[in-house]
Amino acid sequence: MNNQTSKLLAFKIAALLAAAPAFAELTPEEKGLKIAQESDRRDIGFGDTIVDMEMVLTNRHGESSTRKMKLRTLEGVGDGDKTLITFDEPRDVKGTAFLSYTHKIEPDDQWLYLPALGRVKRIASNNKSGPFVGSEFAYEDMTSQEVEKYTYKYIGDVELDGQKCFQIERYPVDPKSGYTRQVGWVDKEHYRVLKIDFYDRKSVLLKTLSFDGYQQYLDKFWRADSMKMENHQTGKSTELVWKNYRFGNGYTERDFDQRSLRNAR
Amino acid sequence: MKNGFSRTIGLAAAVTGVASATAGEWSGYVTAESRLYERSPLQSEQKEGPSAAVIFEPEYYTDWDDGDRAFEFTPYFRWDSHDSERNLVDARELSYLIVNGDWEVRFGVSKVFWGVAESQHLVDTVNQTDLVASPDGEDKLGQPMVHVVRVTPLGDFEFFLLPGFRERTFPGREGRLRSSLWVDTDNPIYESAAEDGHVDGALRWFNVIGDFDVGLHYFRGTNREPILTPGIDSGGATVLRPFYEQMDQAGLDLQYTRGGLLLKLEALARETTSTEHSAMVGGFEYTFYGIGGSVVDAGLLVEGHFDSRGANAPTAFNKDVFVGTRLTWNDDADTAVVAGGFADLDNGSVFARVEFERRIGNSRKLELEVQKLTNISTRDPFFGLRRDSYLQLSLSQYW
Repeated sequence: MNNQTSKLLAFKIAALLAAAPAFAELTPEEKGLKIAQESDRRDIGFGDTIVDMEMVLTNRHGESSTRKMKLRTLEGVGDGDKTLITFDEPRDVKGTAFLSYTHKIEPDDQWLYLPALGRVKRIASNNKSGPFVGSEFAYEDMTSQEVEKYTYKYIGDVELDGQKCFQIERYPVDPKSGYTRQVGWVDKEHYRVLKIDFYDRKSVLLKTLSFDGYQQYLDKFWRADSMKMENHQTGKSTELVWKNYRFGNGYTERDFDQRSLRNAR
Repeated sequence: MKNGFSRTIGLAAAVTGVASATAGEWSGYVTAESRLYERSPLQSEQKEGPSAAVIFEPEYYTDWDDGDRAFEFTPYFRWDSHDSERNLVDARELSYLIVNGDWEVRFGVSKVFWGVAESQHLVDTVNQTDLVASPDGEDKLGQPMVHVVRVTPLGDFEFFLLPGFRERTFPGREGRLRSSLWVDTDNPIYESAAEDGHVDGALRWFNVIGDFDVGLHYFRGTNREPILTPGIDSGGATVLRPFYEQMDQAGLDLQYTRGGLLLKLEALARETTSTEHSAMVGGFEYTFYGIGGSVVDAGLLVEGHFDSRGANAPTAFNKDVFVGTRLTWNDDADTAVVAGGFADLDNGSVFARVEFERRIGNSRKLELEVQKLTNISTRDPFFGLRRDSYLQLSLSQYW
């Protein structure tokens, strides 16, 4: 190929790319991945957060109980995020703390602090599909949602509550996951996840997670005020109510080590 | 102990003046428990019938400077209907914490835990066992300490200065769960001339290396486990007097975590004036998640116990195997059952425990505990407890 033709070819490709609507040349898998990456990219640089969380568990008879906890997150650079959850209510578990190091590929590392014994205990992290503290959220729903933990497929453009969305499917890479697939609605304007349908190992619709009350922090980062998980198979639901988001706390790795588990409240 | 304790109170009092500037919080619980014994007691002095106890443990906590300074106070009160030796006023925690980057210092009465095993806490040395609280040895008395930690990329280096020794609690003359002779805790014997004023020290290194959590320690000071020697009490009765020797101890705790499998090992070597020995506990824990398509998790625990002193070891866990299970319902009441049994491989004695717990409403908890001793050999340290199998029911109110 001579210089002339290669230049021409390059020009043609550039023209084609410019003219085509975004993603048109991509396969549904590539496009799905691009959307997930863009959604992830828009949250890069949040640094760290602390937030109060109220978890309202409701059974199928409508009776509810509440757990209160505090979540600290340290953004991972080159690896997954670190999360420290401290429990405040119910009172018999007050002081209990859960530390998680999310990894992109490798299994996560998790520790638990048991205040009655003053004991820090490394725990098995392969309990992906198990319920997180008796809620409708599984451990894998609570830990950091790294792009690499799924493969993706773009399904189409849809509207949800008046917002233009991408509908994408994602498939957990980890065979220990409790899901075969998740269908997500991502709004086109801000790439925020608005809703996720979870399909169980038999590919039957298991749960729906709805995000509500998105607020923007530091003019950049979107966080929902409410995340409601409804289990279609049991009739139970769990709502996470997020309050008091604070960014830029200056956390370091030291605030997320085994020692900080004991000291954190 | 008294020396270290009053010094600590002085320090805490100085600290609370500052703490009042921030909003502190009280929490805690009160528990009512009753033990029903399967059989009448062996000794005529021991009280018959079910016993009752009340435990009250409030906790005050406050911190400031984003948690870099914290003050904790946890008094502990226990009253028992049958055994006055179970009556106790203690400070489980009365400490002031300073965190400065990679340095941490905690002054005062506090609690630290070393170890990884489930059925016995072999290397957990610093805090004295509050044996009468529960025979499982998991309740600990507050220990006066200065605890300095330096966090480095090579792990955490910890230094402990332990002024003031706490004596182990033992059932009294009228209490159950004791041998034919009771322990006269009013007349301990110390090897050190400083008695309970001996200042002990310890070093510990802890690190997480990939899938391994590893800790090493060295302890020098008063042995927390007394030798029980026959003696005469003030009333002329034959009793057991606790003899606290000085010791040097080195130990290891190691856990390997992969998938649902946890491999655990604790080992120690201890040298006292009268003897030297080594001991270990090791085994595994494997969890089956969502058994039978439910959300209930079932953990299998197997641990082996060895003590180089063999049949002469003052511990019941000289050559024993423990098999147990942990069932977790993963419900909003945090329902859980832990059940397991020790079998002595030499003399065939079996010691089994079942613990059940479940929250009621938002702030109450119901606990049921059964302890059963069967086939107890005359040569086993549990021989004196052979009629003391019991069922314990507790109800706690938290706030």
